[in-house]
Amino acid sequence: MIWGVVFFPGSNCDRDCVHALRSVVGHTVVEVWHEDQSLDGIDALVLPGGFSYGDYLRSGAIAATAPVMRAVRELAARGAPVLGICNGFQILTEAGLLPGTLLHNASLRFRCHPAWVRVESDRTPFTAGLRPGTVLRMPVAHGEGAYFAPPAEVAALEDAGRVVFRYCDPHGRVTPAANPNGSVAGIAGVSSDSGNVVGLMPHPERASEALLGSIDGRRLFESVIGALVGAG
Amino acid sequence: MRSFRITIMLKPGVLDAPGQAVERGLGALGYQVGQVRVGKVIELILPDGERATADEMCARFLANPLIETWAIEEIVQGATQ
Repeated sequence: MIWGVVFFPGSNCDRDCVHALRSVVGHTVVEVWHEDQSLDGIDALVLPGGFSYGDYLRSGAIAATAPVMRAVRELAARGAPVLGICNGFQILTEAGLLPGTLLHNASLRFRCHPAWVRVESDRTPFTAGLRPGTVLRMPVAHGEGAYFAPPAEVAALEDAGRVVFRYCDPHGRVTPAANPNGSVAGIAGVSSDSGNVVGLMPHPERASEALLGSIDGRRLFESVIGALVGAG
Repeated sequence: MRSFRITIMLKPGVLDAPGQAVERGLGALGYQVGQVRVGKVIELILPDGERATADEMCARFLANPLIETWAIEEIVQGATQ
C-alpha cells in the first residue's frame, strides 16, 4: 500500500512519519507538498505534527486553507484512511473534517513526555486491529492539546463511538492525573462519522521502534493494512 | 473601499491561557489586576466595502465560532484616535 505524508511549511514531524512508515513498517511513502493538487494513487494519508505556518491565527488554521486540502477532503470523502497527528489533528478540526477544537493546555505548560492512551473504538482503520481497552504508550508534545467541544457534541461523539483514544494511566484507568492537558472527558483522539478520518494528539511515529522506548504507535499504522485488505 | 477593525475574543468560560499568563506577569510586577483577557485585532481593507463580507470571513476563517466571538467596527479615515 502507498502512504502519503503531507509536508506543510513548519511541519516538523514529517520526516519522522516518513521514516516510521518507510523504514520501520516497510511501506511505500509519497512525500506530498502542501501546494500539490493531487493525491492520486495514495491509499492512506498522514498529516504530521509541527507548527504549520508558525501557528499563526490559530494552530492549523492556515494549513486548513492550503491547496492540498481540497484533495485531502476528496480522499477522506472516498473513505481512505486519513490520520492527523498533533498539529495534523488541529488541521483536521480547522478544516472541518473532525469535530471540536484543541485549546491551550490547562496547565499553561508545553507538555512533552510519554503518555498512555486507551483504545476506545475499533471502528477506524487505525484501530481496527486493536481490541478496545488496549493501552498504548506514546509520547505527547504539545502546548495546545486540550480537546474541546460543547457538551452536547461530546455526548453525541461518545454515543456514536467516535472517541477513539482516551488518556489513561499505565493500567488503563482514566484519571485526571493521567490527562496531560485538560482535555474534556480525557479525549486524546476522535474520528469522523464514517470512521476513516482520525486525529490524535500523541505521536505514534515517535513510538514505532524499540530504540524509542515503545513500539505501540506502530500498531496504528499496521492496523491500516488489515483494514484495507478487509475492505477489499 | 472601506476599512474594518475586527476584534476576536475567546468566549466566556473558554480557558484563556495567554490571558492567565499576562495576569501572572502583571502580578509579578506588583500590579493589582482583575481578570485579564487576551484577544486578537485584525485590520483589513475590503474593496467591496461590505461589512457582511468581513463577518463571513470571521465565521469561515478569522475566528473559530466554536470558541471565539468577534466584533467588527469600521475604521473612519481622518478620525482622531
